[in-house]
Amino acid sequence: MIELTGVHKSFGAVEVLRGIDLTARAGTVTVILGPSGSGKSTLLRCINHLEKVDRGTVRVDGELIGYRQAGDRLHELSERQILRQRAGIGFVFQNFNLFPHLTALQNVAEAQISALGRYKGVANEKAHELLGLVGLGDRAGAYPRQLSGGQQQRVAIARALALDPKLILFDEPTSALDPELVGEVLDVLHELARAGATMIVVTHEIGFAREAADTVVFMDSGRIVEQGPPHEVLDNPRHERTRAFLSKVLV
Amino acid sequence: MTLLIPQRTKGADGELVVVPARHPWRWAGAALVLVLLAQFVHGLATNPGWDWPTFFGYFLEESIVEALLLTVELTLAGAVLGFLGGIPLAAMRLSPNPVLSAVSWTFIWVFRSVPLLVQLLFWANLGYLYETLQVGVPFGPGWSFPTVNLISSFGAALLGLALHEAAYAGEVIRAGLLSVDQGQHEAAAALGIPKWRQFYRIVLPQAMRAILPNAANLLISLLKSTSMVYILAIGELFYQVQVIYGRNGRVVPLLMVATVWYVILTALLSILQYYTERHFARGALRTLPPTPFQRLRAALRR
Repeated sequence: MIELTGVHKSFGAVEVLRGIDLTARAGTVTVILGPSGSGKSTLLRCINHLEKVDRGTVRVDGELIGYRQAGDRLHELSERQILRQRAGIGFVFQNFNLFPHLTALQNVAEAQISALGRYKGVANEKAHELLGLVGLGDRAGAYPRQLSGGQQQRVAIARALALDPKLILFDEPTSALDPELVGEVLDVLHELARAGATMIVVTHEIGFAREAADTVVFMDSGRIVEQGPPHEVLDNPRHERTRAFLSKVLV
Repeated sequence: MTLLIPQRTKGADGELVVVPARHPWRWAGAALVLVLLAQFVHGLATNPGWDWPTFFGYFLEESIVEALLLTVELTLAGAVLGFLGGIPLAAMRLSPNPVLSAVSWTFIWVFRSVPLLVQLLFWANLGYLYETLQVGVPFGPGWSFPTVNLISSFGAALLGLALHEAAYAGEVIRAGLLSVDQGQHEAAAALGIPKWRQFYRIVLPQAMRAILPNAANLLISLLKSTSMVYILAIGELFYQVQVIYGRNGRVVPLLMVATVWYVILTALLSILQYYTERHFARGALRTLPPTPFQRLRAALRR
């Protein structure tokens, strides 16, 4: 279970997150919608401590992320402890961020070996299996630049899955893709959702939200405007701001 | 320059024949350059001032080969020590710790400011400034050694070259590290890859693409900078040819001996650079272009 309480975050004078409370149960898909600049990506990056929160707490399976509580104080964890926590949380970037000098297989095997301490043989076997799962079993030896955008993003998803994460965060996973390649990535996401993975997905793909989400969250100006099951938020939004946004996206 | 031979395909079926554009000025330019080149080579061969018999007499002479080895030794040792020093300097300058960053900046500033020749003389005269060097607990007990025993003229030369090289290497490495996309750091951090492993498995191999051309420049420049240590009477290549022409007065052929050796060593380093850069280009290009050898073999097979 993921639990965010009163999360605040500013970049300089700009307050990007203004008190976010959010709960996501294990095995559910949460889709975060909202206009650009509403703080969606920042929120996601706070969950695995790529950004430090200024106030509030983030808990994954009850474990405080990035900090250790002692009385009424939060002590920031050491780099090493934070890295260990991150290994349990998958993150898929908008721009894939595959390691260009490593093959698809090495990309998926690397963190298994260095973050989890798996043997190379075990890691490679798992990598082969996951590349097969995302439909790239025959491209294991290819370097990222030899793959299309959709293929790269699928490798990136396999890379995140390789660490057996409790939770996977997707930061606009299809936004950098050509329209015709979006489908192949969304298919993988659907597959994961059916398999019961816990996912938080920032996206503009309303169709995906409608079909796969358990909860849809609408954010604007650093706040959660409304949240609920897709048929409520998408079809009968209660807030004017949500309605205005959806009318623009659903054209 | 490519020679384009127009293909004489007959326009049998009434198809139009494509005739590539002709480039007469390319031919004129090439002819002019070849004439000038031939004149220069002719001059090299016929002008007695070059004194080729003396050149060949000394080219592989024992004292020259020994001096050459010392030059290679100084270059390699200077480069290894320089780059070993450059890594922490780059890391310190990139550190968020203001003290480390300032110390690194100052070190680089000082050692890039002082001319190598001046620096070499300073190190050679260190014994004059500090008669003894002490090792021990700060402000506590220690052991002292006479400076002259610790720093030979070879040591002074190596120290000067290495510190000079380290200052430049630090900047070259820093530039390489900065060239790696921020997304790579984030992806490595998000995967929980340990910090040290992030550096040498993810960031450094990508930084190498930007580091290598500059590092090769630096190495070649260091090779030639070793000629400056002649001032400390160390028997490297340039010192040795000076000793010989000081004896026999044949300045030009002996300078040519040194020149040709420097050219050969630079050529070897350039070949090394080519293949090292190729190694680190993995994944950066969809397919690597063929090496000159591969191209030659392909041309011969045709």
